[in-house]
Amino acid sequence: MTAQTSNSHFSGGFRDPAIQSSHVFRAAMTAMARPGEIKPITGATPPEGLSIAAGCLLLTLCDPETSLYLAPDVDHPAVRDWITFHTGAPFVPAQDADFAVGGWAALTPFDRFRIGTSEYPDRSATLIVELPSFDAPNAELSGPGIKTRAEITLPDIEVLQANAALFPLGFDTYFTAASDICALPRSSRIEPLLMKEG
Amino acid sequence: MSDYNFAYLDEQTKRMIRRAILKGLAVPGYQVPFASREMPMPYGWGTGGVQVSAATLTPEDTLKVIDQGADDTTNAVSIRKFFENTAGVATTEETEKASVIQTRHRIPEAELSEDQILVYQVPIPEPLRFLEPRETETRKMHALQEYGLMHVKLYEDISQHGAIATSYAYPVKVAGRYVTDPSPIPKFDNPKMNMAAIQLFGAGREQRIYAVPPYTEVVSLDFEDFPFEASKADHPCDLCAAEDSYLDEVILDDAGNRMFVCSDTDYCRSRRDAGHMGRLSEEAA
Ligand SMILES: [Zn+2]
Repeated sequence: MTAQTSNSHFSGGFRDPAIQSSHVFRAAMTAMARPGEIKPITGATPPEGLSIAAGCLLLTLCDPETSLYLAPDVDHPAVRDWITFHTGAPFVPAQDADFAVGGWAALTPFDRFRIGTSEYPDRSATLIVELPSFDAPNAELSGPGIKTRAEITLPDIEVLQANAALFPLGFDTYFTAASDICALPRSSRIEPLLMKEG
Repeated sequence: MSDYNFAYLDEQTKRMIRRAILKGLAVPGYQVPFASREMPMPYGWGTGGVQVSAATLTPEDTLKVIDQGADDTTNAVSIRKFFENTAGVATTEETEKASVIQTRHRIPEAELSEDQILVYQVPIPEPLRFLEPRETETRKMHALQEYGLMHVKLYEDISQHGAIATSYAYPVKVAGRYVTDPSPIPKFDNPKMNMAAIQLFGAGREQRIYAVPPYTEVVSLDFEDFPFEASKADHPCDLCAAEDSYLDEVILDDAGNRMFVCSDTDYCRSRRDAGHMGRLSEEAA
């Protein structure tokens, strides 16, 4: 280990955990309460392979009491070491996970994630899905948290519609891109956005 | 500052509460179990609401605390002081200036905005509890949407009293799915639950958190032939003449003289400041 601590798993956490996690949680809560709305979050500098936003969410929500699944595209030793050092969250297979992180394709298939039980729908996974950007909205949301309609960029409309059809069961999703987040709870109704003629 | 817990609770406890809040928002009206912690105040003093507020506050927040609409009761003052001391947040009595409002038994009269969060203190979160004491059974009833008994109970009210007698904690259905307890607010407040702000509910002793996201449909249970009516006082506030607010009755003397004043003290004061005068404004001044 050299003096280059910026590359070690000891670095890149919150400098002031209580305050920074309060800010990240407030953004994450507001995002979950208002599906489709994009919120910036900062404070963590995770290793290569994880976005700032995904890193911030993990530091704020995960600890030894929450199990975590890393999809193959983010499952690198540096990422594992960083998450273990900063959160202590145990790594588990997808079907046992409270949280799962990765790109959309790497997280496939989605029917293996926990959707809760009819008596405990909260016992379900929260997915953190890394996207390149949010700049190509292709779907429209309605339902709780949305005044009229909200546009959102989704990687696969049909899979997420199938999840929404399970309500009140289902997984909940945070999409992350660079240092932005956007949430899609299972309660949102999803319609494809009709492309306007150019 | 390293051994100092922001907003009293340690980080692991706040994470557990925060995860419950997120699941509550994702499944509106569903009661999420959480491991309630001992707080430096007795149950009945809003320990559930205090824990939800503690997990929600940031140092930049401005907090308002009301108890039955008033900012100056012992309970409201002590909770406000608690967060001034443990989270260093600013506090206010003005509804419009608050970013987080913790409440016991009322919804403020002023319309809340998208940038506000309303945290309710809840004594009994299970609306079906008086019909069925066993938690395993009420869980099943919610799972199966078996809400017939609740309707029967309300309908018995109508046949006995000619109207639904329940005037507090009047049950609602959230987002067309879960029957939910709105906490012991007067049913006058029920229609306000269709709001722009985020509503979070914390029950400390019962260890439940639930939530209503902004613009979520909240419907008070009723019947086609007996539609829900938000009870409304048939007279204006004696201090500010408001005709649209929930009134408390105040006994003035042994002769039985009474007055009716806004339960929301900030609403009443802001109306009086704006020049509105009620029947007893002169005497009260
Ligand atoms: Zn008044």
